[in-house]
Amino acid sequence: MSDDTKKARRFKPDRDVKEWKGAYVPYDILKEAFVAFLAVAVLIVLLAVVFSSPDEPAITLKTWSAVDPVDFAQTAITELDGTSGTASYGPPYNSTPDSSQHIGFFEPEQWFGVHQPIDTAQDFVIGPLRTLPNTPVTQAAVSLYQNASGAQQNAWTTAYEKAVANATDVNGRLHVPAGRYGPVGIMVGSLTDMAQTGGLDGTLLSEGQFYNTNYTKPLLFLADGTYLADKADAQHLSGDQWGMMNETGNYPGQAWLWLYTMWYQVYPMNQSTNGDLEVWVIMMVLSIGLIFLPFIPILRSIPRWTRVYKLIWRRHYRELAGT
Amino acid sequence: MSIDTGVPAHAPAHASAPEESRQWTARMRHAAESAFPPDQLLPDRQPAYMASWIYVFGVLTVVSLAWVIITGCILAIMGPSWWHVSSTGHFVNSLHLWSVEAFFFFMVIHLWGKFFMAAWRGNRRLTWATGVISFLVSVGAAFTGYLSQQNFDSQWISTQAKDGINSTGAGSVFNVLNFGQMLMWHIVLLPIGIAIIAGLHVLLVRRHGIVPPFAVGDDDAAAVTPATTTAPAGEPA
Repeated sequence: MSDDTKKARRFKPDRDVKEWKGAYVPYDILKEAFVAFLAVAVLIVLLAVVFSSPDEPAITLKTWSAVDPVDFAQTAITELDGTSGTASYGPPYNSTPDSSQHIGFFEPEQWFGVHQPIDTAQDFVIGPLRTLPNTPVTQAAVSLYQNASGAQQNAWTTAYEKAVANATDVNGRLHVPAGRYGPVGIMVGSLTDMAQTGGLDGTLLSEGQFYNTNYTKPLLFLADGTYLADKADAQHLSGDQWGMMNETGNYPGQAWLWLYTMWYQVYPMNQSTNGDLEVWVIMMVLSIGLIFLPFIPILRSIPRWTRVYKLIWRRHYRELAGT
Repeated sequence: MSIDTGVPAHAPAHASAPEESRQWTARMRHAAESAFPPDQLLPDRQPAYMASWIYVFGVLTVVSLAWVIITGCILAIMGPSWWHVSSTGHFVNSLHLWSVEAFFFFMVIHLWGKFFMAAWRGNRRLTWATGVISFLVSVGAAFTGYLSQQNFDSQWISTQAKDGINSTGAGSVFNVLNFGQMLMWHIVLLPIGIAIIAGLHVLLVRRHGIVPPFAVGDDDAAAVTPATTTAPAGEPA
């Protein structure tokens, strides 16, 4: 086989082009860029002046516990007894069995393991209560709880969960019906008081140093309650409302996430316990497919088949037809 | 009296001696000059088929990115809390938001336009790939921007997004609930990534030029050599 034969290859219109031998026209690339720069400046200034940008204040544990102390207490007890969303989350927060999402043997969440360890009872309830100064009753309640057997702790928290389900909010104060929940009532009551003063926000954020930028714990605590989700729902931000691609107010948000968000709306992802992983696998495959699209038969032929290019280069083809 | 011109008298314009031609510096300069001759890097003429509004969206994407960077730098100068407490800061944040929206709007149209042109033809597959990767990295940059806002949107988006990212295992190193980490990704790592990939994309566009239209009768296959399948960039020979 000669070198020429080796080098020659069959012309494929979806891969190759023929050398352009037509006309060239003057084109001032820098002038175009400068004009575009100014035009975009005018556009974004107009949009900023007319529409501004959203800035809904963040929710604090102080706000939450003051506005809805019942929801706060109902969440706090699930953190203490280990039934909250965070407590049963699994990696990367804890090692709850059978909690990782998986597709068959593919279980990356489990493979990477726990990297931000969180013990909700200790980190969200007991630890913060231990930081309260001059609270002998609360400290005695915490000690009583910690020294009790697991069965006893479970009996107290179960009783409290039943009682707090009928709790009421009287002028911002938590009122829980009486029950056989031992020290747990004092503990959750004290934690609610602590949150209402703003102390819990700082304690959960603290990592033992002056400067802190990691909001993992307070955000997880907030997300375990219903207050944050209710506020989001009112702002059309829930998962079934195309979720996080939106933002507060009437703003376009992250519209470019429409495809990612769409998968969460369709079966089986919208009902699957492994829905997040399934959506991510789909998006990874699609993204890689888009990168390598020029190599994928059929897909790379779509532009030629659809003939939209005739519209894009209509002047070129019109001139060709005229010659 | 001699005048210092800033150019050593003994220095030749270009390294030409054999030992100099083996220099890394000389080799890089020669490679750059070969790949990007000035009239190709900054052409003043383009093929006549480039007469379509769709071509405007590429440059609009680039200049929108410039505005994203400029407004982002102003926000960075004043710090992450400034725009919450200052009306001027809020206005700059609005400029930043709308430049991002414009950037994505133009980029998506640019991407669809290039798809329907099959712009990867003629050894332009890397140009296509870097464009797509730029888009994907930009999605990450915008996403971390939303996480860095320190407001309700940040709280909600981060607590929702954690499940998807954790499910892939990436949550072990990429914690969307960690404001400090997300801010660093948003203002340092991802912008560097965009600058590198988008810069490479633009250089590849200049290197290979604008893809020619499908030839009439392109469906009629003909044997050609690879050397003749690439259109000249910029100036005609």
